[in-house]
Amino acid sequence: MIGNLPYVAVVIFIGLGIYTLMFKKNLIKIAIGVVLIENGVNLFLITLGYRKGAIAPIYTQAPSGQVMVLPTPQALTLTSIVIGIATTALILSVAMMIYKHYGTLDTDQVRRLKG
Amino acid sequence: MNLSNHIPILIIAIPLLAAFLVPLISRINKKATGILTTLALSVSLILTIVLAVKILTVGPQVYVFGAASPSLTLPSGLKFPIRIMLEVDAMSIFMGLITAVVSFLGAIYSLSFIEKYNGVDKYYSLLLLLTVGMFGMEFTGDIFNFFVFLEIASIASVALISFRGIYFGEPAEAGFKYMVVSSISALMVLFAVGIFYGQYDLLNFAAIASVIKYSQLDKIALGLLIPVLAMKAGAVPMHMWTPDAYSEAPAPITMILVAASQASLYALFRVVFSLYNISLNTLTVGWIIIIFGLLSMFIGVTMAIVQKDIKRLMAYHAVSQTGYMLLGVGVGLAVLANPEALKDYGITAMEGGIFHIMNHAMYKGLLFLTAGALFFRTGTRDLNKMGGLAHYMKYTTIFFIIGAAAIAGLPPFNGFASKLLIYESVYRFNPLLSIIAMVVSILTLASFVKVFYSAFLGPKLPQFKEVKETPRSMVFAMAVLSCIIIFFGLFPDLIVKNLVHPAVMSLIEQLQYTGTALGGM
Repeated sequence: MIGNLPYVAVVIFIGLGIYTLMFKKNLIKIAIGVVLIENGVNLFLITLGYRKGAIAPIYTQAPSGQVMVLPTPQALTLTSIVIGIATTALILSVAMMIYKHYGTLDTDQVRRLKG
Repeated sequence: MNLSNHIPILIIAIPLLAAFLVPLISRINKKATGILTTLALSVSLILTIVLAVKILTVGPQVYVFGAASPSLTLPSGLKFPIRIMLEVDAMSIFMGLITAVVSFLGAIYSLSFIEKYNGVDKYYSLLLLLTVGMFGMEFTGDIFNFFVFLEIASIASVALISFRGIYFGEPAEAGFKYMVVSSISALMVLFAVGIFYGQYDLLNFAAIASVIKYSQLDKIALGLLIPVLAMKAGAVPMHMWTPDAYSEAPAPITMILVAASQASLYALFRVVFSLYNISLNTLTVGWIIIIFGLLSMFIGVTMAIVQKDIKRLMAYHAVSQTGYMLLGVGVGLAVLANPEALKDYGITAMEGGIFHIMNHAMYKGLLFLTAGALFFRTGTRDLNKMGGLAHYMKYTTIFFIIGAAAIAGLPPFNGFASKLLIYESVYRFNPLLSIIAMVVSILTLASFVKVFYSAFLGPKLPQFKEVKETPRSMVFAMAVLSCIIIFFGLFPDLIVKNLVHPAVMSLIEQLQYTGTALGGM
């Protein structure tokens, strides 16, 4: 049961992220919501590769017979974190541009495009 | 070393290299950036055509990274279950051809269109990266790499949509919307990747497809993948980003964005057909896709009729036309488990849907380019402020008529060919669907008659006295698209038999896809 706790955390992360996206009206908070979902997904990937009592997957220094955690999910997560940084930076810089032109970050007022 | 084996990766690598060369070159000569971009994309286009000929004659191509075959064992005895690879079959190369043509023409059109803006080097860099992302999404055989290329394409397209954001607020607003939508969809794809990896210990499309069991977890993954990929493709009810992003991006980028959302559509078909195939409940999933298609067709066109902004109007039509593709392929999927119905009308419906993807990229691209030409010369996108432009812009008027006739499905243009295939086959599945499709087509014609009347007809207006025909590079791009549209309209048999039918068969026959990748395993 205790081993499933990370999955509960994943659900909480993604749930909070979706809540933020749906109900918050500040563009920066929306960016935070996206980051929360991203963290949830990254935690999910890392948890998939975890084995109880296992060591880091470095072949040359491993004592024989020892269980290793899976290296692939870690590689995936690393890639996803790097992409996440780019996404977050871009989302915040676009929010900055919006603030420059509209003078506000409230989604109710950033609404020139409609119809 | 045989260079022809490396074509799939070269198609992706050459634009990628050029994307990072462009900022360097711009230090020396600003003008050279556009020419370098065009050159790189023309090389990609030629290589794509060479690869297409090879695939259609020999069969699907597999390119493995760092090894000669997918299941190579190292001398030390280390063996991977399956390596990272590109797998290009008839469907991938079909989409690859669209991407290559559209991005090449977009670069040519940009040569004069983007001249007056600041940051031209960044524009070309991002255009090349967007092309790389699209090629990658279409060619990759690895589901995690698909996520990476999806993100490359989304990040590049967001930056391009908000390219004019330093001057106006609206492009930044559209860019923000698209960024949130595409990050969510990419993260959900990654979550689905995690689910697959957790169950099967595999990341390769073909390898997962060969062991997939359609368990509860697979259903969850499917439930995540279908809505987010449909969202990226701009299907109703997840279409809210489409009109904003399409109308605010520079015109050549809008044309490439249409192809980028079709790359997501391709991924949707790839997941449903190559990954799950008949292991899923095809009738239910088929109907879900058909309903997405119906909603897109109808809501898209009804929203389009009331628009005053010319590019926004065309963007809603893009949503509506996506519905035709979903309808055609959805009918094919619904009868996939029933070999008789599949042979009878399912394959024809899918041919219509897939052929429509290419036709749509061509005529919608042409229409967006003509809208861009009007904006370039008049400085407005508001239909109420335009009028009498046919007096000044003769070529653009002709191109617009060709594009409008093609999207409305009038004969000798390509829209007619694919729509007729959809009508006659869908009618045998369910007559009501076919009737709705025809009504939507009539409404499309009505709305383009309105655009033609208010923008091009009427007396000469004093404020447009200075307006003249667009520069040569823009006319060239539009002329090439028009020629393709007329050619496809006159010889649809040729295209359907040689390009579309192999693409449809490679979707339907799952074993062909998995067998090529897994080879002797």
